[in-house]
Amino acid sequence: MSDVVLEIAHVTHVHGTGAAEVRALAGVSLTVHAGELVAVMGPSGSGKSSLLALAGGLDVPTSGDVVIEGRSLARASARERAAMRRRHVGYVFQDLNLVPSLTAAENVALPLELDGVRTRDARAQAVAALEGVGIEGLADRFPDDMSGGQQQRVAIARALVGPRRILLADEPTGALDTATGDVVLGVLRSRIDDGAAGVLVTHEPRHAAWADRVVFLRDGMIVDESGDVVEPVFTDQVLAAELAGGDDA
Amino acid sequence: MSAQAVRRGLLALLAKEPMYGARLRSEFEQATGGTWPLNVGQVYTTLNRLERDGLVVGGGGADDEGRILYAITEAGHAEVDHWWSSPIDHASDPRDELAIKIALAVTLPGVNATGLLQAQRRSTLSHLQGLNRLKRRASSEGDQAWQLVLDRLLFAAEAEVRWVDHVDALLSVHPLPAARKESR
Ligand SMILES: Nc1ncnc2c1ncn2[C@@H]1O[C@H](COP(=O)(O)OP(=O)(O)OP(=O)(O)O)[C@@H](O)[C@H]1O
Ligand SMILES: [Mg+2]
Repeated sequence: MSDVVLEIAHVTHVHGTGAAEVRALAGVSLTVHAGELVAVMGPSGSGKSSLLALAGGLDVPTSGDVVIEGRSLARASARERAAMRRRHVGYVFQDLNLVPSLTAAENVALPLELDGVRTRDARAQAVAALEGVGIEGLADRFPDDMSGGQQQRVAIARALVGPRRILLADEPTGALDTATGDVVLGVLRSRIDDGAAGVLVTHEPRHAAWADRVVFLRDGMIVDESGDVVEPVFTDQVLAAELAGGDDA
Repeated sequence: MSAQAVRRGLLALLAKEPMYGARLRSEFEQATGGTWPLNVGQVYTTLNRLERDGLVVGGGGADDEGRILYAITEAGHAEVDHWWSSPIDHASDPRDELAIKIALAVTLPGVNATGLLQAQRRSTLSHLQGLNRLKRRASSEGDQAWQLVLDRLLFAAEAEVRWVDHVDALLSVHPLPAARKESR
């Protein structure tokens, strides 16, 4: 796994100035390889969204650098950054950011069309992406006419569509029930398994469990990281004890 | 597994029809996907207790092959109906080792509760990741029964992480130094 897709190097990020200054990140480094999904957990206000925004080139760090697909964002112009973002990054925003005047399919097709994919092909890919998250029947609805969970799935389809290799998702399952959340994360996971690199911000431990690695942020710093994943091996006795939940097994 | 769970499970199977012990055992294992193996002794001990409590009756001595047919009684049916209609109360289980450990950690001076919580969170999350992998494999192999068992374990582990997070958050709002002890 030497194919580094995303590298966040010693970033510090300060929002605001003077008395209103907030240091959201204080020296965070994180490397994500192709085929790897990293989950970021931590209390509210610990800097998760700030970190993801830097990773996706939506914002620039106060110090440190972000390198995506081998290119430094710090050294890029605003215009180059926008182009890199469009070409390489699929982003699910915490507050979705759907375009209200476009239908679900048009929202999903938008990044493809901006990349020069022809309208008909873009539409076909968009509908397939909506199908992947279980809402192909809503392709021609407008966001305002959909439930929160349905809108969330449109936003996810939009981030996952096309060939982009950096997938960043900020609480993408907040409005979904657990079964739908699993479906959506299954789609994300299969994009990762096909060679993308992902960062998933989540409060939900079982959703973080889809990741290969989990890092914990606190006060703008990575304070811990989950170890190697070991598949539990269940002897019948162990399993029985687990299922009994500590009764008197 | 708890003796209570075996007892109720066997009784529920007998509500369907009278059975010999060996058949009961294999039906139980089948119904639970082979994840809760029982030994013969366990089955017969449980049946004896159920009989003692008037919930089943062993049908008039052994047959030619030395087997006893067990049938459920009225009282047994009532117990099974009650079991189906009431939730299992996990909250009242006082023997949750982690709960006791953490309760002690935040009360006793000189224990790094935050570190303990972080270590527990990391460990339980790794366990969750492992369960998730098993579930993905079960899903690709189409093994639904196993997936459901894994879901049960996933939810339980998730609850543990959430609880650890909750305790951690409480501690950061109300740090618990030895000061509290002195004020008692
Ligand atoms: N645009 C902004 N201007 C000023 N401060 C900000 C801005 N965005 C975030 N912050 C501050 O930076 C810190 C980190 O915020 P961030 O949104 O990254 O947290 P988070 O971990 O995503 O929290 P949550 O779980 O609530 O989404 C907070 O103290 C927040 O108030
Ligand atoms: Mg956030």
